[in-house]
Formats: sequence, structure tokens, C-alpha cells
Amino acid sequence: MTLRSVLRAIAHPQLATEDPGATPGAHPVLAGPLHGSLQLRHVDAGSCNGCELEVTSAFGPVYDAERFGVRLVASPRHADALLVTGPVTKNMVGPLERTFAAMPEPRIVIALGDCARDCGVFRGGYGVEGAVGDVLPVDVHISGCPPHPEAIIEALRGLTDR
Amino acid sequence: MTGLAQVSSTVLMAFVQIAVVAVGGPLLLGVMRKVRSRLEGRVGAPIHQPLLDLRKLLTKQRMRPREASWIFGAGPVILVATAVAVAAISPLATTRPPLGQSSDFFAIVLVLLLGAVFLALSALDTGTPFAGMGSSRAMTIGALAEPALLVAILAMSIPTRTSNLPALVRIGLAHPSVIASPARILALGSFLVVILAESGRLPVDNPNTHLELTMIHEAMVLEYSGPDLGLIILGESMRLVLLLGLLVNLFLPWGVANRPGALMFVIGLGALALKVVVTGVAIAVFEVFTAKMRLFRLPELLAGGFILAVLGAVTAMAAR
Amino acid sequence: MSNASLIVTATAGLAAAIAGGALPVRRRVGAAVLLTWGSCASAIAGAVQVLHSGHALVLQSSAILPLTGVNLALNPLGAVFVIATAVVALASTLYWLGYASHGLSTRTASTALPLFVTSMLLVPAAASVATFLVLWELMALSSLVLVLTDQSRREAARSAATWYALMTHAGAAAILLALVLLSAHAGGQTFADIQAHAHHMSGALRATVFILALLGFGSKAGAVPLHVWLPKAHAEAPGPVSALMSGAMVNLGIYGIVLVGNVLLGGGPVWWWLCVSTLGVVSALFGALYAATSTDLKRLLAYSTADNMGLVLIALGASGMFAATGHQVTAAIAMVATLLLMVNHSAFKGTLFLAAGSVLVATGTRDLDRLGGLMRRMTFTGAAFLVGALSVMALPPFNGFVGEWLLFQSLLHGLPTANTAVVIAVSVGVAALALTGGLTVAAFVKAMGIGFLGRPRSDEAAAAHEVPITMRLGAGVLATLCVMLGLVPMLVIPALERAAQSAGLVGAPSSLHGWVDLHLAGLHGVLAPVLLAGGLTVAAVVVSLVRRMAHRRSSTWPALHAAEPWGSGRVLQTARMQYTATSFAEPLQRVFDDVIRPDHDLDVSHAAESRYYIERIAYRTTNEDVIERGVYRPMINAVRWWGERVRSLQNGSVHRYLAYGLVALVVILVVVA
Repeated sequence: MTLRSVLRAIAHPQLATEDPGATPGAHPVLAGPLHGSLQLRHVDAGSCNGCELEVTSAFGPVYDAERFGVRLVASPRHADALLVTGPVTKNMVGPLERTFAAMPEPRIVIALGDCARDCGVFRGGYGVEGAVGDVLPVDVHISGCPPHPEAIIEALRGLTDR
Repeated sequence: MTGLAQVSSTVLMAFVQIAVVAVGGPLLLGVMRKVRSRLEGRVGAPIHQPLLDLRKLLTKQRMRPREASWIFGAGPVILVATAVAVAAISPLATTRPPLGQSSDFFAIVLVLLLGAVFLALSALDTGTPFAGMGSSRAMTIGALAEPALLVAILAMSIPTRTSNLPALVRIGLAHPSVIASPARILALGSFLVVILAESGRLPVDNPNTHLELTMIHEAMVLEYSGPDLGLIILGESMRLVLLLGLLVNLFLPWGVANRPGALMFVIGLGALALKVVVTGVAIAVFEVFTAKMRLFRLPELLAGGFILAVLGAVTAMAAR
Repeated sequence: MSNASLIVTATAGLAAAIAGGALPVRRRVGAAVLLTWGSCASAIAGAVQVLHSGHALVLQSSAILPLTGVNLALNPLGAVFVIATAVVALASTLYWLGYASHGLSTRTASTALPLFVTSMLLVPAAASVATFLVLWELMALSSLVLVLTDQSRREAARSAATWYALMTHAGAAAILLALVLLSAHAGGQTFADIQAHAHHMSGALRATVFILALLGFGSKAGAVPLHVWLPKAHAEAPGPVSALMSGAMVNLGIYGIVLVGNVLLGGGPVWWWLCVSTLGVVSALFGALYAATSTDLKRLLAYSTADNMGLVLIALGASGMFAATGHQVTAAIAMVATLLLMVNHSAFKGTLFLAAGSVLVATGTRDLDRLGGLMRRMTFTGAAFLVGALSVMALPPFNGFVGEWLLFQSLLHGLPTANTAVVIAVSVGVAALALTGGLTVAAFVKAMGIGFLGRPRSDEAAAAHEVPITMRLGAGVLATLCVMLGLVPMLVIPALERAAQSAGLVGAPSSLHGWVDLHLAGLHGVLAPVLLAGGLTVAAVVVSLVRRMAHRRSSTWPALHAAEPWGSGRVLQTARMQYTATSFAEPLQRVFDDVIRPDHDLDVSHAAESRYYIERIAYRTTNEDVIERGVYRPMINAVRWWGERVRSLQNGSVHRYLAYGLVALVVILVVVA
């Protein structure tokens, strides 16, 4: 990486971000308290990591969820919403409940993917406790196996009203 | 000016400086994030996003660990209070700030240290292992960065025979040769290293990391929520603005108001904003192209800063 | 001027000792404390009188000590030390009232403590060699008795007492030699005689005297490498005794150096003071480093004493160097900084040791790795420790900050000088000041955070409760003093200037603007501690109110005060998972590994059935004082080896002893002839 390439990157940054389109419309209840700022804490309750790849893509340069006021944080105490992927396996019930209990009110649970909604292809597995809705009260579902980044972005934009 | 008019204008000046730093802190944070986003090839959040975050944090529930004492709640307050006090008396927009007589460089550094110490204490008060880890690492880095800072202050104070901050800025304005002197430039290098260490930027600490074992400052605040978290974010961003403001006014003082008067003060504020934003952007660009250093390589970096400061002091003494 | 206060001090102190020894157990501590208070009060009265008027209080008597008589003369320099000692003694004896039931109510202890206090009050007033040495020895012996009194069955206490006894007497021997050389040359043993004849001494003799005095008094002050007794004795002594030793006794080491260097010898060449400053730099760095890596609360405080005394020695050396190169104004300011640092140290170290004593009483342990959660259980003691810790870290608005600011200013303004040695010494001094400041912050955040905050790391800490009111008040009085001296240092600075004057340094007095500003006339330096503190308080209150109001207006959710701490979703979260003092200091220890050279011991025991299964792992790390291990133990081993060899001379045969006598007689006859 030469000095010239660095200077060129600074002077002419190449943006890869796609056009977002019109605002999808605010979620009637949940968007109000957020005032356009949403911090997410992600928990993988037992997924195959397909949804995680889509989340990574949603926060990447092409879809760029951050421009709508969304950010991933490390601690549930800093978070407004809990983003859960995968069916809830038996070992993850306790940690998932503790994570939710550690969040300050008002708090939202977003179930991402078909597995989070109704266990998807893992329904009936011996290690699976149930869907996210069986363990926590879910406010937003994003369906898909895995959900398209645009769907993720649309759900998040509904929460921040941007 | 009559006594009352003078007092009220001083108080007003203090308020304005505090307000500019308090609002400018989150804005600077937003600018730095924006620059980082652009260089990563994406649009990024708008510049005022940290202000929106702070507003939302005020509305969230406050949570306190079961066995924490009063220090847990006092930490964020003292962090912000020290930043407010320093913002009021520092020569940011003018060389005649409120209480300028006692605006001593040594005192200001130690007031900022008071805030950092209380943050470290309140982290230990949470009783969680990661907070202890963050506190331990932060204190180690502070222990090694403070010598560099104090010797850099000495290097800057020797040619001017005073450690009073407004006097340092005034002398810099009046005699530009003092700023271009090798002693000052070496002290500048040392000061930059210390600012990166104290404000937790790369290569010392990654402010965007989610891996607890790589955290230093972030680990200390994992337990805070709601308004307390908002105060901490505000306090940290105010400290960054203050440190950068002192840096630019000591090494590039042009634009600072040297004569009394409201117009000069406003111009000084504008110059401060411009210089701090440019420096912040430079740091953000530097961060994009730098990797975080291993924790146990940091003493080498900080020792390097210390050597620069010592060289600066020796040069200053030799030049007298 | 009436010297009644000196007489009252001595007699009240003696009466206190007798009361402590003679009265039955329920009365003896109370009576001893009351009489000691009388002694301290009259000492303060006399000292204040001296400082106000500038004239010395003189007392002479040939009746008490045969052959030499007793000579006391309290001048302003001594008066400052007397006041510092008396205040710490007042607080410590108040503390003793509550502490007595923990082993400090025996006849021995109740006799020794008042004697200790009285001898410390009178040492700065001594005006002849004999008086000084008698009082010095009395102080050493009574403190030795006190180190042992509480726990004479514990090996650590016995070892500490042995080290203390040996080193304090080695130091006393050096002091004796120095003072005897001075009085032999002067032909008389009063300090006035010595002062009059001092400039006729040859340079080599003066240098010898100074170096001997520096070694002897420096050891008492805790200067590295003569400090090895300090962490042992101060840590093993009971609470009020540690506070007195660290808060009052080490000051007398500084008094001795100033006495010999400035008063008796009338100042000296630059290289003397360079030695003092070098000793100071090494002490400060070493003490701060060991404090930062120590896990025993009282050992940490003791090393911090060595660190602070190092800073005092740096200031003292700077003062001497400036005076020797002709900068009288900066020399006077540096001397005021020395005295201020010392007074501040007495206040905050006394607070810290008394609070640590309370912790020891409440929990039964000094080990930081087993403490925690004490702020909620011992709120007052925790607050006192917090004030002491913030003061020792030199943070505004407490007193340590003012002292360090003054030191920094005097070093900064002393720099423009032609003497290269001074220039290098001053820059090294500032660098040392900075590094020790950083290490001290790490040390006391550890002590405060791990010791008092978080969750209790052991059952003893969880069962702790607040100590009796007298113990709380004792620590509280000194903590309040820390705050007052931080806000209004102008209370003491005129007195310190007069003391500096009587030590031979005359400079421009600092001009005071009411009680607000501290101007250093002759230099460009201003500080307004009250305004700074006021600004900080106002800011803190405003921020707190804004937080509360904004939150109340905008949030519908009440605060949750008993949340489970976030533990990354772990199901089991215990207090043992917190950081301990050892882990807190580990990064620093790793950085300074080559200096500290800790011992690591890893013990892995395998299961009986198979070597592949591990049953138990024990890891132990010890931070033994590297100077003790590298310098003193080899010396002790060498002495022991030599003793073993020489023993063979004494084999019990009378014939051989007669032969020795004959040989000696022949040699003497040959030599005399």
C-alpha cells in the first residue's frame, strides 16, 4: 500500500453504497422512543451463521445500515434492541434471558430469520428448545432463510424512521 | 468595565466556551465517524447522529449493579464536571479566559486526571471482571503517559518561563519563533502520542471494538446505561475536544482572540472549531490506516513519547 | 519569652507514660490519651508562639541529664515539625481510644506510646548533641516496643522488629558519629557552639559529616536503599503506631538533614545537594513502583511513604542546589515546597494508615486480594480513605496537589542556571516527579478500587462493619485537614516561609491576596485552589441536577438500583471472578519486570490414577524487595560467614588465650618502643 494509493483513497473515496429508496414508514409504537437512534446487541442463539453473514452485509459498504442511525454495540446495557438469530438451543436459553434482563427499558426484541420465528429447518431437533418467541417477547420479525439485507434494512429503518 | 459587567461577561464567556465544547464534542465524534465511513467506502451516519444518540439515552432506564456503592453514580458526573471546569478556564477561544490567572497547565492536566481516576474507580465498583481489566489497562497506560505529558509541559514552559496556559498561547502568538523552535516541535510529537493514549484512539485503543478482551476504555463503561452512559460519552468527547483544542492553540495559535471584545471572541470560537475539526479529521484518517498495537508493545510507544519530551526539554534548556 | 509550653509538653508526656504504666486496664488508655493530648496541645501552643514571634523558646537544665545537661531551643524550623507531629499524634491517640481493645491496652503499650509521642515532639526542640541523641534513641526504642507489642507471637512482626532495630541503630551510629565530629571540632556540644565554629572546618570534614548525617537521617526517612526496614515495620505495627511512624517519625529524618546541612553546617557545595536529590529520585521511583505492585494494603502505604519522602528529598536537594548557585528566591520557594510536601504527607498518610487500621480491625486481613465491597459496609472509613488516596495522587482540590504544584514551579523556575549539574538534576527531578505521579495513581486506584469497591472477595470482607466512633473520628480529623490544606494552603504557607528563613534561606515572601490566590512573588506562578475547587463542585452539582431533571422529565422508566451485573450472559457469576490486586498490577509488573524480578512458583499436582489428569494447580508470585534480596541478604550472609570463620579463634583452650595475650603484649611493646 503506497503513499500515493492512500492519498488517492482520501481525496477520491469510492462509495459502494446503494441508493436506499423511500422511507418505509415508522413502526407505529416502537419508533417513537428511539428518536432516530437505534443500538443493537446481537445474540446468536443457535443459528447456522447464514443470518450473521447477512447482518454483516447489511452493515457493510453496499447496504450501510449505519447511515440510518443504527449501530451494533458490545453490551446489552448500551442497547435498545436485541437482535436474535437462530432457534434457541437448550444451552442458550439462560444466556439469552440474562441478556434481555440486562437491557434497560424501553427494549425491543428483533427475531431475525425463519429459525428465529419458528425454528425453520431445525424444528424438533434434540438440542432446540424453541423459537425466540417461546423464550422472549418478540416485537419485530424479519423472515427469510436467510433474510435479504434489504429486508433487514427495511425493518431497521422502520424503527429509526429514517 | 464596571465590576458587575466584568463578572457577568466573564460568566457568559465561561458558559459559551462550555456550551461550544459540550456540543462540539459529540459533533467531532460524528465527523470522525463520518470520515472513517467515507474511507471505508460507505456513506455513514450523519454528523449529528451522536447528538441523537445522547438525546435518546436520556430517556432510557438507569440501572445500577446490586452491590455498587455511591461511586458508581458519581463517576460519570465527575468525568463531565472536570471537563466542564477545564472548558471554562482554558484558553480555547481567547487568551483571556475566565480565571485565566490560575489556568495553569499542570493544574489542568491534573483536573482531567481526576475525571479519569473516578471513571476507573467506578469501573472497579461494578464488580465485573471486564471492568477491572479495563481499569487496570487504563491505569497502566496512564502511568506511562503521564511522565511524557508532564515533561512535555516542562519543555514548553522553559522558554516562556511560565506554565500558565493563556500566557503560553499569548507568547506563541507574539513570537512565532517560539512555536517553530525544535523544543516545541519535539514536545508536539510527545503531546500527540499522549493525546492518542489518553483519549483511547488507535493505535492505543480501538473505540469501535466489540471484543471485550481487546478493550481498554470501552471495557470500563460496559455496565452503564441511560443518562449515565450519555454523560460518559459526553465527557469522553469533551475531553477529546479539550485536548485537541489545547494542542492546536499551543502549536497553531493564529485565530485565537488576543483582544477583548465579543466579535474577536466569536472569531476565536470559529478558528478553534476549524482547527479542531481539521485535527480530528487527520486523526480519523490516521486511524483508518493503522492497526491496534499489542497491549504489551504500548510501553514502547509511550516510552518513545517520553524520550521525545525529554529531548524537547533538553533542547529548550540548551537554547536559553 | 515563657518556655512554659516546653516544660508542660515534657511533663505531660511523662505523666501520660506513667499513667499508662501504673493505672488499671480500664483507665490506663483513657488517662494516657488525655495527658498526651495535653502534651500535644501545649507543644502546638509553644510552636505557634514561636512561629508568630520569630523568636526561639529556650529551656536549659543541668539537672536532668548528668554530665551534659538538657538544652532545648525551639526555633521556627523545628516548630513546623512539632505542629505536624502534634496534629498527627492528636488524631492517632484519639484513634487509639477505639483501637485499644485490639491488643494495644497492655501496660507496655500504654507506656511506650506516650513516650514515643513526647520524644517526637521534643526532638525538633533539641539544642545540644546529648539532648538530641537521648531523645532520638528514646523515640527509636519506644517505637520498637510498639511494633512488637501487639503481635509478639507472629514471626513477621518479630522479623520486622529485628530489621527495624538493626537499621535504626546503624543509622543512629552514623548520626552519632556525625554529631560527635561536629562537637569535637567545635569544642562544645550545644548547637549554638557548633554553628559558630562550623565554617572553620575543612571541606573534607564537612563533607564527611554531611554524608554521615545524610545516611543516618535518610535511613530514618525511608530513602532507598536504606529503606528496607520501612515496609516491614510500618506494615506490622498496629494502626495508630503506623500512622505515627509514617506521619511523624519519617519527617524527623528530613528535619535531621536540614538541621545538619542548612543550620549547623550553614549550607554546602552543589554536590552535597546533588546526592540528596539523587537519593530522592531513586526513592521516589522505587517506592512508587513497589507501591504499584504490592498487594498488602499496609505495605503499599509504607512504600508510598518512601515515595513521598523521595519527593521531599528531591525538593530539599533542589533547594540546596539553588542556594549554592546563588538563586536565593527559588531556593526559598523550594524549601517551602519541601516543608509543604512533608506537612501534606503527614496529613494524608496519617489518614490512610488510620483507615487501613480500621479495615484490618473490621475484616482481620490486610491482603487486598481478599477485600472489597467495604465502601458500602464502612462508608465513613471508605470516604476517609478516598480523601487520603485522592490527596496522595496529587489531584485537585486536595492538599497533595498544592505541594506538587509548588515543587514543579520551583523546579521550573530554577532551571535557567549556568550549572550543568543543576540543570540535569532538575530535569531528572521533573521526569521522576511525573513517573512517580503516574505510578502512585495506579497504586491508589488499586488500593481504593480493589480494597473498598466492587463485591467482597472473601467472607471476612463481607462480614465487615463500621468501626467505633473514635476510630472514625481519628481518620476523619486528618481527612478534613487534607481538604482544608488543599483549599486554603495559605493557612500554613507563611509559617513555612518563616521556617525556611530560620533554616538560612531568605527569599521574597509569597504575597497573598486574601484567602483566594497563591502568588509566588518573584516568579510567574499563580494558583487559586479555592476557586478551582469551587468551580469543580458547582460543575458537579449542576451536572448531577441536570441529569436528574432531564431523566425525570423524559423517561417513564424508574431507575433500577439492584440490577444483576452484566457478565456476558454467564449463568454463574461470583465475587471471585473480579479483578484482584495482583491482576490489576500485572501489566505494570510486566513492564518493570527487570527491576522487580518477582518470583513465580507454579505447582501442578497430577491425579493419582493418571499423569494426564491434573488435580490441582497452585500459582504463587512474590514481590520481595529487590534491594533487600540483592544487597542486604548477601551482606548478612557475608557477616554470618565471617562470624563462623572467626569462631574458630575461640575454641575454649586457656593455653591459647594466654598465648593471644602474650602475643598482643609483645606487639604493643614493640610498637610503643
